[in-house]
Order: sequence, then C-alpha cells, then structure tokens
Amino acid sequence: MAVTEPGLTGATGGLLSPDGWLAAIARRSEAVAIPVVALLVGLAAFSLFLLTQGKSPVEFYQLVYKAGFGTAFSWQNTLSRTAPLLFAALCVALPARLGLVVIGGEGAIVLGGVAAGALASVLMGAPGLIGLPLMALGGALIGGLWIGAVGALRYYRGVNETIASLLMAYIAIALMNHLVEGPLRDPASLNKPSTAPLAEQLRIADMPGLDVHWGLALGILACILSWVLIEKTTWGFAARIAGGNVRAAQVQGLPVGWLILGFTALGGAFAGLAGFFEVAAVHGSANASLATGYGYTGILIAFLARHNPLAIIPVAILLAGFEASSGLVQRRMDLPDATVLVLQGFVFIAILISDTFYGRLKIFAPERWSTA
Amino acid sequence: METELSPLAAVTIAILGGAIRVSTPFLFVSLGEVLTERSGRINLGLEGTLVFGAMTGYAVAYLTGSPWAGVLAAALAGSLFGLIHGLICSLPRVNDIAIGIAMMLLGMGLAFYFGKPYIQPVAPDLPSISLGGWSQLPQLRAALEVNVLFLIGIVSAVLLWWMFRATRVGLLIRVVGDSTDAARAMGLRPAVIRTLATAAGGAFAGIGGAYLSLYYPGSWNEGISSGQGLMAVALVIFARWNPIACFWAAILFGGAGALGPALQSVGVSEGYYLFYAAPYVLTLGVLIATSSPTRAMIGAPGELSITK
Repeated sequence: MAVTEPGLTGATGGLLSPDGWLAAIARRSEAVAIPVVALLVGLAAFSLFLLTQGKSPVEFYQLVYKAGFGTAFSWQNTLSRTAPLLFAALCVALPARLGLVVIGGEGAIVLGGVAAGALASVLMGAPGLIGLPLMALGGALIGGLWIGAVGALRYYRGVNETIASLLMAYIAIALMNHLVEGPLRDPASLNKPSTAPLAEQLRIADMPGLDVHWGLALGILACILSWVLIEKTTWGFAARIAGGNVRAAQVQGLPVGWLILGFTALGGAFAGLAGFFEVAAVHGSANASLATGYGYTGILIAFLARHNPLAIIPVAILLAGFEASSGLVQRRMDLPDATVLVLQGFVFIAILISDTFYGRLKIFAPERWSTA
Repeated sequence: METELSPLAAVTIAILGGAIRVSTPFLFVSLGEVLTERSGRINLGLEGTLVFGAMTGYAVAYLTGSPWAGVLAAALAGSLFGLIHGLICSLPRVNDIAIGIAMMLLGMGLAFYFGKPYIQPVAPDLPSISLGGWSQLPQLRAALEVNVLFLIGIVSAVLLWWMFRATRVGLLIRVVGDSTDAARAMGLRPAVIRTLATAAGGAFAGIGGAYLSLYYPGSWNEGISSGQGLMAVALVIFARWNPIACFWAAILFGGAGALGPALQSVGVSEGYYLFYAAPYVLTLGVLIATSSPTRAMIGAPGELSITK
C-alpha cells in the first residue's frame, strides 16, 4: 500500500526508481543513517560516562578534535595511525563476507612485522627496490598463511574461527617474543629487545609533501581493490552467497572451500602488510611495539563500516584520530590511558545493537515515500 | 630432613601445584560458560568479565579489608556484565558472538580505567588450606596449599552437574538451550531464561577474576589475564558442556599453564616464551581434535550458534 504524504501528492516519479526518488533515497540511506546514528549514540553514552566521572564531554571532544583533526600536524599524526588500521580492518571485513568472524588480525600483524624485520637483516646490502618488495611479500605471506590457516581449520575441521583466530594471536605474540628475544635479537638492543635496525635503503620514506608514510596510500588502495573484489567480481558475489547460506552455495557448485581459504588468506596478507609497514616505516626494527592493539581496533572499524571496504577508510581515519589524541586527552583531563578503550567499547556495543533496526524503521521503507 | 629432588620430580611437583593454582579461574569461567551455553547462547565476553572481576575484587578487598567482600563484589559485577550481554542478545537479529567481543573490549577498558588507582595498594589475600601436612617434602607441601575457592569450584561443578540432571531449573535451561520452539510450546520465555543464565554465568567468571587478583598471582595489574577467559570458552567445548568434565579440563589447562614457570623454577630458561604459549597451543589442539566439519558435536545444546 502506497502511503503518500500530503505535500508530496502530485510529485512526479523520479527516474531512479519506479517509486520515485524519495523512495530510492529512503532505501539507500538506511545503510548510512543507522551506523552514523549508532556511532553518535555510542559517543553520547560515553559522554554520560564522562559526566559520572566529573569530566566534561565537551572538553573531551574539543581535545580530540584539536589533537586528531585540528591542525596539519595532528592530521599527519592521525593519518600515520590510519595505515595499519585500514589493513587490520580488511582482515576482519573480507572473511566477514563469508559470514566468518575473524578477530585475530593482531597475530598476523605481529608475525608480518617479524618476517619483515628478519628479511631485512638478511637483505642488509640489497637495494631498496629489491629488498622492500621482498620484505612486503614476506610479511604478506606469513600473515596470509596465519589467517588462511584459521580459514582452513574452519573449512576442513569445523573449528570455530573466532576462538581459533584469537588463540593464534596469543601464540603469534609468544612466537614474536621468542624470536625477538632469542634467535633474531640484535645484541646491541639492550633495553628493548629488537631485530637488527633496518638499513637506510630498506626504510620506507614519507609520501612527497606529507609527513605520512606510503602505507596510507597502499592501505587505501587495498580498500578500493577489496571493494572491487567484493562488489564487482564473481568471486565476491560467490562469497556473499556462501556467507548467506553455505549449503545453497555448495548445491550451486560454488567452491566454498577455496573461497574461505582465499578470503581469509587475503585478509591475513593485508594484516601482514600492516606489520611490514610498522617495521619499515615506523619502528625501524621488529620488536614488542608491534603488538599495540591495531588488530583489535580493526575489529571495531570493520563492524562500524559494516564490512564495506570503502566505508572502512573514513571510519579508520576517525578512530585513528581518537587514538592520536589519547595522549593529550590523558594529560589535559587527567584521564587514564584506558579511556579510549572505554570509548571504543561503548561505540562497539551501540553499533551492534543497531543491527536490530535494519528493515524495521518505517522512515527507511520505500513504500512510505512512494509516489508512484 | 631435607632430600634433594631430581629435576624431573621437582618439575612434576611444580606442575601439580601449578595445575591446582592456575586451574581455578579456568574452572570458574568454564562453569559460567557451561551455564550460559546450555541455555543456547555463547558469551565470548567472559575474558572481559574475568578482568573486570579481578579489578573489582581487588579494589573492594582493599577498601573493606575483607577478601570475601571482594569475591562477592566481583560476582555481582560479573552478573551485571552477563545481564547486559543477555539483554542485548535478546533483541532480534543481534549476533551473540559479536556482542561478546564488544563486551570483552568494554570489560577490559572499564577495568583498566577504574583499576588505575589500585595497581599500587596491597589487598588482603584469600585464605588457603594446607593439604600437604603429611608430606616431608617442602615442595609438595607448598604445592598442596589449596585455596578455598578451588574447593568451592569443585563443589559448584558437582552442584551444577546435579542441577542439570535432576532439578527443574536445570531442565528448563536445557530445554531452552536445545530448542527454542519446544520451549515456547511449553509456555517458557527463552529470552528471559537465557538472560538469567548468562547473568549467573557472568557471576562465575567474576569470581574467577577475583581469584586471579586476590590469590594467584595475587595482585591487580593490566596484564592479569592473558586469555584465560577465552581459553575457558574453548575448554567448555572440549568438556562437552559437562560441569564435571570442566573440572578435569581445567586441571589439564592449569597444568599446561604451569609448564613454563615450572621449567623456569629448575633453571630451564631456553625457549621460555614458547612454553608460555603451551596453554594456547593445547587449547587450539583440543579444539581441532574435538571439532568436526560434518556432524554436530555430541552433547552440544541445539540452539548454540557456534555448533550450528
């Protein structure tokens, strides 16, 4: 039944849809409006939390804006942190297309970084044009194998991928500690055990005119390519079918096993690249700084972006801004460093609660706006 | 009289003592998770509940001077987390696994936020009972210093087992967990029962956390739990949703967790970090061995999302 608003009677049907352009907008805006409102509700809930702590939410968000987005310098800080978050979020979003909840990207980041650091000490004398691609390949390969193994365990053994991937993240961190404090340790690194410092030609420079390394550009490229893969190729289409209903996909003869292996491995490879960039562009060697929780923030970003690789880009920049500002917020407002974690928790829960509203709000129903 | 122990005996005794000490949080979290999962939901957020329970228990024990007040507060805080998880999951089309991840993040964030002032102060420990008085070996006597919560955990396991087998409440939970439709046909309200089961499960996890901060390792810091809450969730699958089996599984996992420190105590430091990873590797191995791609798991509640 078409319900027409008094003011809309007589409006001609739009070209975009048989129901008129308002109906088309209503249908499309649901996917943007619900997550944005959920984000705002999460931030509002966090504001209430701050008020109970006797802190001013206004001051908090002003400081976040100032330190995360207010000046050219703060933008550089934010964008440098965005790069690993883009890759980490893809490690969640790609398997999510198949209905898999992989939350162990941290493990692939850490091992990708260690692989890059280890290769760098072998390739000490190699020119950058040969050494850097090899290091990137090594990081991506290890990350891909690590998360691909989670996919394989899921497909061949029915092992729950959420638990397995998080367990493997703990194992990866233990492996990193073992390697960095043992076989791969540079004897000169006394206080903070690390692999040997990267040779000058193996370090990644900043992009021209910016104080942001190339990881950002490649991260954005990875998001765009992932979007093309999911939305514009038959593989992506097959993955969505398999994510909706595995049996139906198998009956249709889709290679479900290969899809699971491919998507998990690709996600892991991206996370491994995050580790490579952290080593080659930020830390200059592999050490415990690799495990700083980018993988876990990536989970939240992917869910906020509703596993859409293009939406990951703005969401990652937003959350990177929050993380970039945490130091200033702590000092100025005398808040503990865990404040950002609390904020992320509130936003995460709000976004998951919003799942219940899809398809149930009349304002987004095309019929309500239909003029046909 | 003092006898010199062989290294093997020393390691064995250290692992035995470690298994008893380390297993208690595993036991409590897994009992809580059994309760929740038998009702048909999975709460992956128990890692966060464990950490928040550890902080609450420590803070309240420090402020009141009574470790038992700390345990009680941790249980209350845990049930509150479970209640929130249960209520959110009662909304249609909300994914219980994802909510668990979010609650894990929130629980840890809030615990670190409120726990900052309690890292320095010293709270009173929970009491323990010496069961090793008969032995001449000081190592064995130390290993058999058993905490009261460990014994309460054993009693709880037996009680839960009995509850699921023979009581009305246990049967209600099992019906709801095995078939939502059957439960509705009986006039039950699945969402309410599941929410209450998740809240009760959270209380168990909170107590497990209080054990961490009030007995072993016996202090509050941000690294107090390293995935024990998550491993306990995997342990429940291994234990086939049976509370008694949870006890044995917890002992096994506790022993694996004690391997690294036990070897270090006799001077083996080579590959320390690899031994440290033993519990995770064991958990993963157990998951691989007990899962199957084709058939449903024996003993699994029919409505559980991870086994469907």
